[in-house]
Amino acid sequence: MDNTGKVQKARCLAKVTAQESLADGIYSMWIQAGEIAAEARPGQFLSLYTRDASRLLPRPISICEIDREKGSLRIVYRIAGAGTEEFSHYRAGDMVTVMGPLGNGFPLDSDGKRKAFLIGGGIGIPPMLQLAKELKCQKQMVLGYRDRLFLNEEFEAYGSVALATEDGSAGTRGNVLDAIRENGLQADVIYACGPTPMLRALKNYAMEHGIECWLSLEERMACGIGACLACVCQSKEVDSHSHVHNKRICKDGPVFAAQEVEL
Amino acid sequence: MINTKVTLAGVELKNPVMTASGTFGSGAEYGEFVDLNRLGAVVTKGVANVPWPGNPTPRIAEVYGGMLNAIGLQNPGIDVFAGRDIPFLRQYDTRIVVNVCGKTTEDYLEVVERLREEPVDLLEINISCPNVKEGGIAFGQDARAVEAITQAVKRRAKQPVIMKLSPNVTDIAEMARAAEAGGADVISLINTLTGMKIDIQKRTFVLANKTGGMSGPAIKPVALRMVYQAACAVKIPIIGMGGVATAEDALEFIMAGATAVSVGTANFFNPCATVEIAEGIEQYMRQNQVSDIRELIGCVR
Repeated sequence: MDNTGKVQKARCLAKVTAQESLADGIYSMWIQAGEIAAEARPGQFLSLYTRDASRLLPRPISICEIDREKGSLRIVYRIAGAGTEEFSHYRAGDMVTVMGPLGNGFPLDSDGKRKAFLIGGGIGIPPMLQLAKELKCQKQMVLGYRDRLFLNEEFEAYGSVALATEDGSAGTRGNVLDAIRENGLQADVIYACGPTPMLRALKNYAMEHGIECWLSLEERMACGIGACLACVCQSKEVDSHSHVHNKRICKDGPVFAAQEVEL
Repeated sequence: MINTKVTLAGVELKNPVMTASGTFGSGAEYGEFVDLNRLGAVVTKGVANVPWPGNPTPRIAEVYGGMLNAIGLQNPGIDVFAGRDIPFLRQYDTRIVVNVCGKTTEDYLEVVERLREEPVDLLEINISCPNVKEGGIAFGQDARAVEAITQAVKRRAKQPVIMKLSPNVTDIAEMARAAEAGGADVISLINTLTGMKIDIQKRTFVLANKTGGMSGPAIKPVALRMVYQAACAVKIPIIGMGGVATAEDALEFIMAGATAVSVGTANFFNPCATVEIAEGIEQYMRQNQVSDIRELIGCVR
């Protein structure tokens, strides 16, 4: 609790209201969790707990959409193991234990005149959707996939969408930077989430072009709230909390200014 | 009126529920979920004389009924800790136990010395971390080394000293006796069991450190057996830990001979575990007409 006594994070039993498969191994689930939805911001994540007591740790999953009026949240996730496999079997009416909202989220203080890249790679694409809804400026989405597309059409309401696929089956053959170059795109700020090699390349791109860049990182987590120090990333400067070159992805992140972190 | 108070080396705890070092930070993060005033004591993350960066990532892996960690005792160093974490914890009506780590005897002594003037209740000396190359467990796997470091710490410490023992030994009773012989006021056990996980797709270790310390419900029977063996071997009080997730678990440790119990990994899957366990112990006592928790300590022999 903060000093006003307001609960900022909640751990609760949430009702699943919808579940569907978007592509091979990619699922979309809506849950009813009003307390969490009221506080959630784009770029934050949830911890979901399995029902199998042999699997102790929560699964950190980014928030894809927030419906504050209905008090519901959407996650779009990939089956990465038995825990997420279990989640994929949940149906409307099932209950799931969830904690959140966790992490810092993307900064939304854009001046409105700027042009922004919203870049997602693979399962890093989902958190960009809520950001696309809330960021007030000109938005260009650049979405990178291995092969099968998902969520891309849902971004079209918020700006232009450029696609990249590794196999060339849609959009540019290659990665998100190939798509940026092939389409001659440019922007004043980057918001991105995806695999580390992609984030590293975007950090270099941002430095070359002298533009602001916000990256959402991922690491294996245990507590999800900043206590256990499992999910650290390397920071450029000595961090003010850890007093070493480490930042906690779950608490200080997952979103960092590109120049703050070593990838 | 039931009494849940227990005493460790003259320090009274309002109940026997403590946190396990490294799983609870210095309490600030879990303070958003539980009222820290309800805990018998908060045991802090290990602190060294200077900041330690810890190990590379991945630092954790989930295993059946538990987890492996190889954090490597990342900590901000005693100066930051004393300036920030101790004043934070002092706001609460709970006991403060500072877990102390070091690479050399001198490192430990520097921290212990520095804590003389700090308002903390007990020191827990970590001679059992399996995840650092120097210090840590190196002090905890040889009975003579356990006795020597205990003696050295006791000569310099102002607060009562808890020696935290490793389960990665042949004979836990021998280590418990060595700590007692060295002058330890209390012993705590078990630290994590060294373990490993391999990713068969990548054909590599899951943890960057290759090995990690196993914790969680799966290790509880082993921990309980060791606490019982230690309790039979020494007269000083014992803090029992290892897979405690429920009040039932905590009561098992108490009946095996632990005066207090620490809750560690359970915090990760239930951030309210500590307070729920304290409440569950009280409920058990009411249901079973136990008026004083001390009736239960070591009642199984």
